[in-house]
Amino acid sequence: MATHNTPVIRARGLTKRFGTLVAVDDVDLTVPRANVYGFLGPNGSGKSTTIRMLCGLLTPSAGEIEVLGLKIPEQADALRLRIGYMTQKFSLFEDLSVRENLEFLAAVQGLSKSRAKQRIDELVAQYHFEDRQKQLAGTMSGGQKQRLALAGAVIHEPELLFLDEPTSAVDPESRRDFWEKLFDLADAGTTILVSTHYMDEAERCHRIAILDRGTLVADGTPAELTAALAGRTVEVAAAQPRRAQQTLVAVPGVLSVAQIGNSLRVLSADDGDTEVHIREALSQAGLQAEVTASQPNLEDVFVSATRGRGRTDEARQEQAA
Amino acid sequence: MNMRRLFAIVLKEMRQMRRDRITLAMIVGIPVMQLVLFGYAINLNLRGLETGVADQANTAASRAVVMDMVATGVIKPTHSANTPQELMTLLRAGEISLGVVIPPDFERRRFDGREAVQVLVDGSDTVVQSAAVQLSQLPLDTTNAGSTNAGGTNSGNASASTPRMPQVSVVAFYNPERRSAINIVPGLIGVILTMTMVLFTGVAIVRERERGNMELLIATPVSRSELMIGKVLPYAVIGLVQTTVVLLLGVWLFDVPVRGSVLDVYIAAVLLILANLTLGLLISTKAQSQFQAMQMTFFVFLPSILLSGFMFPFAGMPRVVQWLAELLPLTHFLRLIRGVMLRGADLFALWPDVLALVAFTTIMMTLAIMRFRKRLD
Repeated sequence: MATHNTPVIRARGLTKRFGTLVAVDDVDLTVPRANVYGFLGPNGSGKSTTIRMLCGLLTPSAGEIEVLGLKIPEQADALRLRIGYMTQKFSLFEDLSVRENLEFLAAVQGLSKSRAKQRIDELVAQYHFEDRQKQLAGTMSGGQKQRLALAGAVIHEPELLFLDEPTSAVDPESRRDFWEKLFDLADAGTTILVSTHYMDEAERCHRIAILDRGTLVADGTPAELTAALAGRTVEVAAAQPRRAQQTLVAVPGVLSVAQIGNSLRVLSADDGDTEVHIREALSQAGLQAEVTASQPNLEDVFVSATRGRGRTDEARQEQAA
Repeated sequence: MNMRRLFAIVLKEMRQMRRDRITLAMIVGIPVMQLVLFGYAINLNLRGLETGVADQANTAASRAVVMDMVATGVIKPTHSANTPQELMTLLRAGEISLGVVIPPDFERRRFDGREAVQVLVDGSDTVVQSAAVQLSQLPLDTTNAGSTNAGGTNSGNASASTPRMPQVSVVAFYNPERRSAINIVPGLIGVILTMTMVLFTGVAIVRERERGNMELLIATPVSRSELMIGKVLPYAVIGLVQTTVVLLLGVWLFDVPVRGSVLDVYIAAVLLILANLTLGLLISTKAQSQFQAMQMTFFVFLPSILLSGFMFPFAGMPRVVQWLAELLPLTHFLRLIRGVMLRGADLFALWPDVLALVAFTTIMMTLAIMRFRKRLD
């Protein structure tokens, strides 16, 4: 049994190739116990593939994985008893009712009949399905389905929970509820690995890892990651924000310019005096603007991690368009 | 093997099936439809073939021969003609399927023991041709009858030695009306089970994959054999329901006899059901989509119908095809079920076919479990 100090997941050099496509490329991961660990990355960045390899559903092309002290994929059968896995696409049975789905999962996870009944009643109350027990899962809304899927994934009280983009098809209020449930679980000692492409969700994680095109480009607590960008973000309040934006994307060292209302948020590369360049460029273009330093956020972290890698030109065109 | 998990899968399958109205309708609908189709509409023993008669002898004896042929029910005289040429014209025009020619020297030929009656047949339809052969085997006194294709004659040496006796109509002992239902209904149990059982399980696992349930299932502690067996069991029950439907309707609508023990009938059915279900599972592990699974099912179903002896006699097939047919579960089942239902045999006497079905099931199940991986890649 692993102690509190040993990580729950440890992966070294994790690689997965599908034919010539390298979906996951040499990823190292360490996930501590009782944490909400976020996997952030654009679509197709290898988040799902990594999660599937960690639960033993996919065989890695290279690399070593140890989850809950078990070698994966060799000991995947033993691991399945101790983890919960919630797929990206709703994977419970749409033609079974809420209660029937939970009954099935309870039995499959090896809960005794009496324990299953007790646990299902508990979950039905906790996840607010009291008056929907007989409703077919397929007829529920996206948020309700996700809640049911989460209830199903934790029915056997797993030590470790994998959630693959659990809130991608859910309205903001349901998303907030869903995250409350995740923190309840983490509080009770469950380690949660959750992938997302929402910044606000990533912001709430204890630690996050950013994946981009199969490579791990950042790993740390949100505070560490944003602190590393200190001094690289400025806010530009301009009278003509669109023109100012066009001017700024051409400035060397500028990674991205995002318009927020009437002001622009500028993220620059790590060369120290971008702010000076920005002021120069703006005055040369004859634009009235006020430049102030601003606190970096996770979106900046994400952009600098993913855009810093040869995608700058593409990004500029996007911004200018 | 954990019984609680196995039962959970069986229960889940049954609950899903209960909500799947089309599948439910198919469970009873397919047997009823096929039984009625094969029992009433598709009759391999032709009756009432439109026939032209050229009775050039026109004697009492020749008229009696024609009357005998009509009495078998196989022919229905619709045209009369003066010459064989006229009959051939009618045949070519499709007005008649058979022509009966009685030459002017009929009495003499009959006396000499030479061919006395000629049956002209539209050889493009083999079923009609075989009906003509039936006619030619009528014990026509010392009369010979030859059947021809496109005008050529062949000597009716089979009936040359027919003993002198009064001309009588054909009497078949067990099936005097030559109803094919008696032979077809027991076989139909096998055909229906082959079609529905392979299809149901063939689709069963692919469907989970298509709907995304498979990713959930393989991330749980469910073992491969629990999943496979749990999927097969509910359909076995359905197979028995179908067997019962066909048996009851067969007895009720067509008076099909059950001469052996009913228990043996059901044991034979269970053997075929398991063989087909495991074959379906194997298909399911290979197919990428439900559509592919259906195509593969058809790939098995067609040879089963054609080669098993359901439609055409097994004995008439080339040796190689017979070997191929031995690989099909339906071939063995047909021998069992016809033996039990029509001849009153018991399963012990038919042990090689019982053994063949058991072996088939074991091999298919093993292959299916081996092929199924609890991985996504």
